[in-house]
Amino acid sequence: MLRFTAPPSRSRRQTKAQLRSSLIPLLLLATIGLTLSCAPQQRNAEDRATIKIGFFGDLSGPTFNFGQSAMNGVLMAADEINQAGGINGRKIDIVIEDDKGSPEAAAQVAGKLISNDKVVALIGAGASGNSLAAAPKAQSAQIPLIAPSSTNPAVTQAGDYIFRACFIDAFQGEVMAKFAAGTLKAKKAAIMLDFNSPYSRGLTEYFELSFAKLDGQIVIKQSYSQGDADYRGQLSAIKAAEPEVVYIPGYYGDVGLIAKQARQLGLTVPLLGADGWDAPELWELGGDSLNGSYISNHYSADDPSETIQKFARAYRQRYSNLTPDAHAALAYDALRFLAEAIQKAGTTEGPKLRDALAETKNFMGVTGIISMDRDRNAVKPAVILELQDRKYIYQETIQPETSPAVQSH
Amino acid sequence: MDTFVQQLINGLTIGAIYALIALGYTMVYGILRLINFAHGDIYMVGAFVGYFLSFQLGFAAGPSLVGLSVVLVGSMIAAALVGMAIERFAYRPIRKYARMTTLITAIGVSLLIENLFVAKLGAAPRAFPQLLREQSYTLFGNAAISKSQILIFAVSVLLTLLLQWVIFKTKVGTAMRAVSFNLNSAKLMGINTDFIISFTFALGSALAAAAGVLTAQYNPQIDPLMGIITGLKAFVAAVLGGIGNIPGAVLGGLLIGIAETFVVGYGQNVGVPTTFRDAVAFAILILVLLFRPTGLLGSTVQEKV
Repeated sequence: MLRFTAPPSRSRRQTKAQLRSSLIPLLLLATIGLTLSCAPQQRNAEDRATIKIGFFGDLSGPTFNFGQSAMNGVLMAADEINQAGGINGRKIDIVIEDDKGSPEAAAQVAGKLISNDKVVALIGAGASGNSLAAAPKAQSAQIPLIAPSSTNPAVTQAGDYIFRACFIDAFQGEVMAKFAAGTLKAKKAAIMLDFNSPYSRGLTEYFELSFAKLDGQIVIKQSYSQGDADYRGQLSAIKAAEPEVVYIPGYYGDVGLIAKQARQLGLTVPLLGADGWDAPELWELGGDSLNGSYISNHYSADDPSETIQKFARAYRQRYSNLTPDAHAALAYDALRFLAEAIQKAGTTEGPKLRDALAETKNFMGVTGIISMDRDRNAVKPAVILELQDRKYIYQETIQPETSPAVQSH
Repeated sequence: MDTFVQQLINGLTIGAIYALIALGYTMVYGILRLINFAHGDIYMVGAFVGYFLSFQLGFAAGPSLVGLSVVLVGSMIAAALVGMAIERFAYRPIRKYARMTTLITAIGVSLLIENLFVAKLGAAPRAFPQLLREQSYTLFGNAAISKSQILIFAVSVLLTLLLQWVIFKTKVGTAMRAVSFNLNSAKLMGINTDFIISFTFALGSALAAAAGVLTAQYNPQIDPLMGIITGLKAFVAAVLGGIGNIPGAVLGGLLIGIAETFVVGYGQNVGVPTTFRDAVAFAILILVLLFRPTGLLGSTVQEKV
């Protein structure tokens, strides 16, 4: 498919033009300004100024719902923090960029946020592939980056300035394998994966590994590419292999159609998925075909816990009755523990902020209690949800046993 | 065996879609010797007209056969008008220039339509409303055929027969065949060639729009760039069958559909990844151009439309 890289941003072009046209007056002003101002005053002014934090995600593109939800979560957290007096008296200012769901654009907007907008930290992106592309920019500029929902282990391996607010795929794949073998008592599973997505390939690997350990057997593995629209060839082959469950670690746009086509072909066994399914569009595409499927996710808006209900109420009120999905909740948590780290560090300097973030321990987030492990991954529980008539019904919570082992790719 | 039958059904379904689109490529080529690269986008326009008609006329609320027929015919008429407009304003003014000029214009028109839709409607995929109550029937033991597949077979066979009738049994069809033999001689014989060319674009575009609505019903997700790859594969189908040849376009479409599905369904047993599904059509194109440039039926049939 065609991919468009983002055109050079308008603001940058404007700045250049303005610079050129007003070069001489500017130089004059600068000379006067420098002679008049004295150093301590300037320092004070900077301290009182707002704290700029960059957010980028896919606000458009094939999984635009991820970016939109995350942006909602970040903006809500920023307003709450500002209303409570800000961080050490300084307000937060969120600068937003759209990466259109493309890794190239993600790297580009991350670079722009760092060098043009001078943000002190970054929150983004959604999909693992995009966060992987943006991470080197943040690492080399020593600006901490928190990926709210990128679950592929490689993301935080890009460097010690890269963090995440969610668990990793090693754990998520294991959780679903346990649920399939334990609760569903499945012995034979099929896998249908998105061939070009690091997220999907990672989950497949860990699911296979854990399912084999539990004496399960993968009877067939089929792949597709995002946007194929017709998956009947693979699904017919899967049906012939007679699995008891089908694991589909993909994104909602494909999954909705896959579910529909599977049911049409008479493949009636439960479909299993992961957090990539979680978006309202899933139901538009899949409808009733999704009933009886299960996904692993970061949290459930239906969880009766007081923290979650308070968050969900506030979110619904703010965003005209929209239910906060996991991407909104994770981004909300990401900004809040970033704010806590800035407060603890007492500065927005990259290295000190990084250290404070790495020490995050038992932070009470909406998506669970967050502690950073030595690889800067959040260690936290996962939930299993059942899909039924446009609702996610909470099934069980699976706790992390140990700090998940990190495997390099 | 069940699985083989199942894959055959799957392949024939998408093959029927390719065939409907390939008919438009082949007819326009037969008459103007022009490869109308904007044809794949007409297929997309058809799907979008169907989408908006369903909501405007309230058929999106629930499946109904009346709704489906109205949406199908409505989008065919709309696409026919779009096709005629493209011919009138983009191709007719430059018809007298070298063929390369028209070909490049066709690519330009294609990009214009795609980006106009992206700009106006956004690139995000939309879910197409369900107009047909979905149901599956079992055949040969364990193979399933769904209502939307039956619909695709029925409509494409009906439209192909109708086209065959128009071309061989009607006055306007005779004129089309005359124009395809020699445009200038046809003009000298008193045939209004401008009208015939316009009519050909209308027919081809209506078939593409039917394919668009049927696909949207089958795989209910549409976006402004959906016509690119499908259009290219249908073009390959037309070349495979012998461009300018009507039965050839149908045969080519069905073969490409089956080849693609078999690559997906059986390729992994022999180490071919499913991502080769789009590559197989173009591999076939290269082979055809190398060994039989006139296509499967191209050289044997004299009569071209």
